[in-house]
Amino acid sequence: MKQLFYPFDISLESEMKEPLDFNRRSRTKDVDRVFRAEITNVIRLTEMEKLFQVRIMDDAERQRFTFLPGQFLMLELPGYGEIPISISSAPTNKGFLELCIRRAGTVTGALHKARRGARVGLRGPFGTHFPMEKMKGNNVLLIAGGLGLAPLRAPIFHVIQNRSDYRNVHIFYGTGSPEQLLFDYQYDEWRRIDDIEMEVIVERPDPNWKGPVGLITKLLDHVEINPRETYAIVCGPPIMFKFVCARLSDLGVPMQRMFVSLERRMHCGMGKCCRCNVGSTFTCMDGPVFDYWSVMNLKEAI
Amino acid sequence: MLFRTLAKPDFKALVERILASTEVIGPKRVGTDRHGRPIHHYLPVESFDEIDLDYETTEFSAKTYFLPYKENLCSYRFQDDDWRQEIRYRIQPRAIIGLHACDIHALIKLDKALARDFFPSPYYISRRKNTFVVGIDHDPCEGGFCRSLGTDTATHGFDLFLTDLGERYFVAIGSDRGFRALSGLPAAEITEQDTEDYLRVRKRIAAGFKTEINVQNLPNLLDIEFESPVWEKWGGKCLSCGSCAMVCPTCYCYGVSERVSMDFASGAKTKQLYSCNLIDFAVVAGGHNFRPNRQTRLKYRYYHQHRGFMEAYDEPKCVGCNRCGRTCLAGINPVEVIRDLQAEDET
Repeated sequence: MKQLFYPFDISLESEMKEPLDFNRRSRTKDVDRVFRAEITNVIRLTEMEKLFQVRIMDDAERQRFTFLPGQFLMLELPGYGEIPISISSAPTNKGFLELCIRRAGTVTGALHKARRGARVGLRGPFGTHFPMEKMKGNNVLLIAGGLGLAPLRAPIFHVIQNRSDYRNVHIFYGTGSPEQLLFDYQYDEWRRIDDIEMEVIVERPDPNWKGPVGLITKLLDHVEINPRETYAIVCGPPIMFKFVCARLSDLGVPMQRMFVSLERRMHCGMGKCCRCNVGSTFTCMDGPVFDYWSVMNLKEAI
Repeated sequence: MLFRTLAKPDFKALVERILASTEVIGPKRVGTDRHGRPIHHYLPVESFDEIDLDYETTEFSAKTYFLPYKENLCSYRFQDDDWRQEIRYRIQPRAIIGLHACDIHALIKLDKALARDFFPSPYYISRRKNTFVVGIDHDPCEGGFCRSLGTDTATHGFDLFLTDLGERYFVAIGSDRGFRALSGLPAAEITEQDTEDYLRVRKRIAAGFKTEINVQNLPNLLDIEFESPVWEKWGGKCLSCGSCAMVCPTCYCYGVSERVSMDFASGAKTKQLYSCNLIDFAVVAGGHNFRPNRQTRLKYRYYHQHRGFMEAYDEPKCVGCNRCGRTCLAGINPVEVIRDLQAEDET
């Protein structure tokens, strides 16, 4: 008897045979296939945070891997789990990536014990990005609080590498106490760049602290900008960007020109698991980067 | 669409032909509830006689055959300090006999969310494309409000769709696969009499609906009534058990976890269907919960059903099967919740 139904094997479909590229969202592919990546260096930043330099092992995959500032990755430790992590390196570095990770749970706990040479899985990049193109020709305020400097580093590197595209650039960073400061070895380099203003503030200084003391909004008090020609990127805990954005709004910066990055616990990164649902949308698809006006209109975003 | 008629014994012959080579799932009577009403589940069957096509509804939807409650996304083999990833998709054909129109609409909605636009899911597509779907018309089930959501009739999303005309079935053919399945069987071209009989049955079914709600204003209403006491009232009853999402034919959210074999030689990444009513649905790293109370979580279930999905696909996610209402241990019924919200709006 002739066969009634022919089995359908999706792995034989032509789209599935294309090289894996998560930037081509509409293609059917092995969406749970990971890029094998190796931890090349582990850099201790504070008690709680480490910077992991990883490299996608396959040469072709590493070259093909491109992302835009603000996008995130799903980082997998086989056997432990998979977590969303923002990319903390320059987009020009392609598949040589830096991930700044706080020890917070099972996966990050295991990762903090990992050594150079350990192999992890990466999927991505996912999500929206900061509109670096649109910001050209404008002043740029790059503002971070606490761990928010991790996602802010990609736009910082982008602005530095394309410095002539932007007008005045300010980097403002604030934490609770001096020992929580991330990437403290880099401030000096950023400050020395001609025409980039960088200021760091802490809430609770220690005896050695010589910089300003207070909340991050204090740094905005004496900034002189033309609000009509200014874009802001604000990364940090919701309570922080809420106050910073309110302050910027008072200064006259339109809310559509302030960009924030929301944090949710994605399980897929692809708009399928619904875990990062905010209001009527998904943080992994329409975010994590949102303009502040959209955030104001999203239910329970902050 | 092509239509044929098929005598009932010939349909039985068709199912037996499928059974000879393929797994068949059908509504099977598994017991009786405390009111003496039969309980049906979609289960694998060995023979045509196990299928009870004259069923009212099932406790669970058929989504488990497209979105299993637990599914391996990939497995890992560990060796020395390294690992390798393996991914497998389902490629065994399967047939599901006897889905009602609401459940076929549920599949169409899942197709939109999981198989189109962005990041099409190869796991879902494999199962969907390897499943031969035969639908059947039925008189309205108790409490069902599919007509209010436009899911009481299906025009696509199936291979064959049957309407019972007494001695014979009126068959709508939805795919080439469905057409080929009928070849060799004495399926007849439809006559004027067949059309007349079919329309009479459709009319009888349409007249049988008792439950009706208006869903037109819901996307807007849900936004305005965000702080409504209605959520307090219904959410206060919610036990956060997640049963509603488990029986829902369109709820597709999930969580991912990994485990390692006892000998550390292999591991697996598993996806498990979740529910937005479970307490840790929106917990992030560090322990902050964006939806710490049950009122908020229940509200978001409705928000996704009638606003989030609406914004993305221009239709609600709900198909009106009322399985969530029937299964809810706390007696939360979607029809009453929605009516309450609308009443709130009028006062």
